[in-house]
Amino acid sequence: MGDRASDQVLTYDVVVVGAGLAGMRAAVEAVRQGVKVAVVSKVHPLRSHSTAAQGGINAALGENDSWEKHAFDTVKGSDYLGDQDAIEVLCREAPQDILELEHMGVIFNRRPDGRLAQRPFGGAGFPRTCYVADITGQAIVHVMWEQLLKAGVPVYDEWFATSLVVDDGVCVGLVALDLRGGRLHTFQATRGVVLATGGLGRIYQPTTNGIICTGDGMALAYRAGAALQDMEFTQFHPTTLKGSGVLITEGARGEGGYLLNKNGERFMAKYAPKMMELASRDVVSRAEMTEILEGRGVDGCVLLDLRHLGRKIIFERLYQIYELARDLAGVDALQEPIPIRPGMHYQMGGVKTDVNGATTLPGLFAAGECACVSVHGANRLGGNSLLETVVFGRRAGKAAALREAHTRPLSSAPAQDEEKRIRSLFARETNGDRCATLRREMGTTMNDLVGIFRDAEGLKEALARIRALKERYQRLPVHHQGWVFNTDLVQVLELGGMLDLAEVMIVGSLARQESRGAHSRRDFPQRDDVHWLKHTLAFYTPEGPRLDYAPVTITRWQPQERSY
Amino acid sequence: MRLTVKVRRYNPEAPKPQPYWQEYAVEVEPAATVLDALIRIREEIDESLALRCSCRSAICGSCAMRINGHAGLACKTKASVVAGSTGVITVEPMGNLPVIKDLVVDLAPHWGKVQAVEPWLQPTGPEPQGEYLASNEAMLHLAGVMNCIMCGACVSDCTVLEVDPNFLGPAALAKAYRFVADPRDGVARERLSKYSAYGGIWDCTRCFECVQVCPKGVAPMERIMALRERAIAMGYKDTYGARHTLAFEELVEHSGRLDELRLPLKTFGYTNLPKLISLLPIAVRTLPKQKVPSPFHKPIPEVRKFQATFRKARQVSENERQPTATQAKQG
Repeated sequence: MGDRASDQVLTYDVVVVGAGLAGMRAAVEAVRQGVKVAVVSKVHPLRSHSTAAQGGINAALGENDSWEKHAFDTVKGSDYLGDQDAIEVLCREAPQDILELEHMGVIFNRRPDGRLAQRPFGGAGFPRTCYVADITGQAIVHVMWEQLLKAGVPVYDEWFATSLVVDDGVCVGLVALDLRGGRLHTFQATRGVVLATGGLGRIYQPTTNGIICTGDGMALAYRAGAALQDMEFTQFHPTTLKGSGVLITEGARGEGGYLLNKNGERFMAKYAPKMMELASRDVVSRAEMTEILEGRGVDGCVLLDLRHLGRKIIFERLYQIYELARDLAGVDALQEPIPIRPGMHYQMGGVKTDVNGATTLPGLFAAGECACVSVHGANRLGGNSLLETVVFGRRAGKAAALREAHTRPLSSAPAQDEEKRIRSLFARETNGDRCATLRREMGTTMNDLVGIFRDAEGLKEALARIRALKERYQRLPVHHQGWVFNTDLVQVLELGGMLDLAEVMIVGSLARQESRGAHSRRDFPQRDDVHWLKHTLAFYTPEGPRLDYAPVTITRWQPQERSY
Repeated sequence: MRLTVKVRRYNPEAPKPQPYWQEYAVEVEPAATVLDALIRIREEIDESLALRCSCRSAICGSCAMRINGHAGLACKTKASVVAGSTGVITVEPMGNLPVIKDLVVDLAPHWGKVQAVEPWLQPTGPEPQGEYLASNEAMLHLAGVMNCIMCGACVSDCTVLEVDPNFLGPAALAKAYRFVADPRDGVARERLSKYSAYGGIWDCTRCFECVQVCPKGVAPMERIMALRERAIAMGYKDTYGARHTLAFEELVEHSGRLDELRLPLKTFGYTNLPKLISLLPIAVRTLPKQKVPSPFHKPIPEVRKFQATFRKARQVSENERQPTATQAKQG
């Protein structure tokens, strides 16, 4: 016993967990403050799911645009649940952050005069989405990685964080499993741990999210006592590819693509006569689902038609999705419409933070999709998530670096405790259950019962099923017993966190007796500002989540009826 | 669809670690990718199988591996296509990189080489208030290279890396090109000098393997060739590679065909005795194969007509190179 836990404690001022855009941006900023920083990530930075963002990143750069217009669109998109102070920060700081990305080397597409080009996006009253064809996320991730290399930040890549270390109510570090070396290590973060672990899409099946998007940071924070916020708000993207369920960018509609039902009608005219295909995502996804449920779909899908855009625009600005449709669905988008359907895409909720990334647990910060600032409220606008990663990644990195150091030495006991826990998982007897079976049951439960449309009956059923899965999880065996690159072990650990989060999402959904943004209750179809213009908070208890509520910050935009 | 997937496996924790083949019979959807098949194996048959994967849409670069002997992304490769009529697919870890476990290789040597090309934008001059003004064409040209997801497929199948691990490799050099060709970067000269050294742009043998296996159409070899042209244009002519290229051009222009005897003399220098002596064994080996070049090299008939065509072709290619040379302005 004990030979898998390192005696050494790796000590830094700031440890960032996760190396997508938010995490790398946080690390780059923390280094600028002159402190010692490390990044811990279960995958190499270039494998992060930020690379999969396709369409673009928003900023009010146009002569007739303004940050206030961007903020209003975001507030309206959030169905008035977003905190307006945070949204003001996001939109006011956006232009400077975009320019910084450009100066770092991002190859944004240009206008004929050489300035940054911007494309229209859903829910936006102005074309304010900067883009690199349909590989915007990849283009920015690679540049941010270059900045990380330039800054010389040590990256512990393929190290999986298994727990946070909390000492007397303060987060002082974490334990991570080095997947290659097969050993557990204790990290001390004297000034702060920044969680930037991304989304939890894999709780659903299907999802646009990569296999690595398992909500690890949210689950770690929840178990460590930090508040999760608005977890019932899950975004379904209107255009995910039939079959594999991978993302087809909103840019396809931004560039002028049509949505058609089986009769060839542009059905969005019925649901959002002004904005049509470019209404906000919750509205478009509900419209598509309604068409499908009412029998006007095509084999469980509707159609995305790009043919009228022509070869030049498709090959210049949408070539990735042209290839995806061809390779994964066998569809030539120049010749025929692409079959698509709404699919789980993004988690608006997350670890509750203030505008500087501070969570409710001192010493713990969060940024990006794993955080809830909250700028997206009940529904996120396309192009605002990449923006959130750079604005709030930067702010969280800075705030963590400037926090007063908590220098009480840390022992390696946390790593030893984690070794005991993993050995106890290894010791479980096989019982016919497999990790993948439980994950699939969780995924389909969430998709079927906690999807675009919800009701009390379905949510109660979902809660019962998830709690039954949690019971089975307590006895779930790890079939592979090695320590080096044991992806079976990692998946079992991930699943534990996902089941916790699924429970929080359902409990929050059941409690919220209204329809707002992406949360549509068939039994409560109206938005109810009198009772529900408030954030849901969830805290871990051994019996299940304890809910609390917090007011929404409203600065200058009073809630109005929302139509597109 | 019933498949037989033969996987090259390796468990570093075995008492005596040895690579070995393991066959799995697996049922998949007709539209399944190789990655779908491997995930099904991992989920339903054998949880010990180690592989990297995430996005399933050829953008994260995790799942590069050798499929039927050639590197590619498992998520972009249709199982039915590579299984053919036999229904058998072989899957191995990428080449030219140490194996950690099963299909998981250690990319650290590759990341080190990427770092060595100083892969970050280095503008000179004052930072503009707004964005750098640049043409959309220049950005689209760079997007062709930025399409690289660093999956390592080209590194895996590079025939130079196989014999010379010091070679920077196709992916790192394609990345290097991205900065040299960026109108905002200010240190192209220093970069090209550095990339001209041993292990750099002149070590590629133009075998086309990287162009063939790249799942994103980056064509790394063509980027390396473009770096060579720029290096020569910037005056970095004093490398064996550059001299070989220039000598080749000069000799062909002179007589309409290559003077194979003069090529090494011009490349290495008439007085570079140690190098010329080192070439003697090669010269000796040409004897029995009757490949010895004639000491009396004659021009082709109508060589003047050929020379006119040659010069015209050179002019066309120089004109074509112009657009990417536009400089970024400060906006």
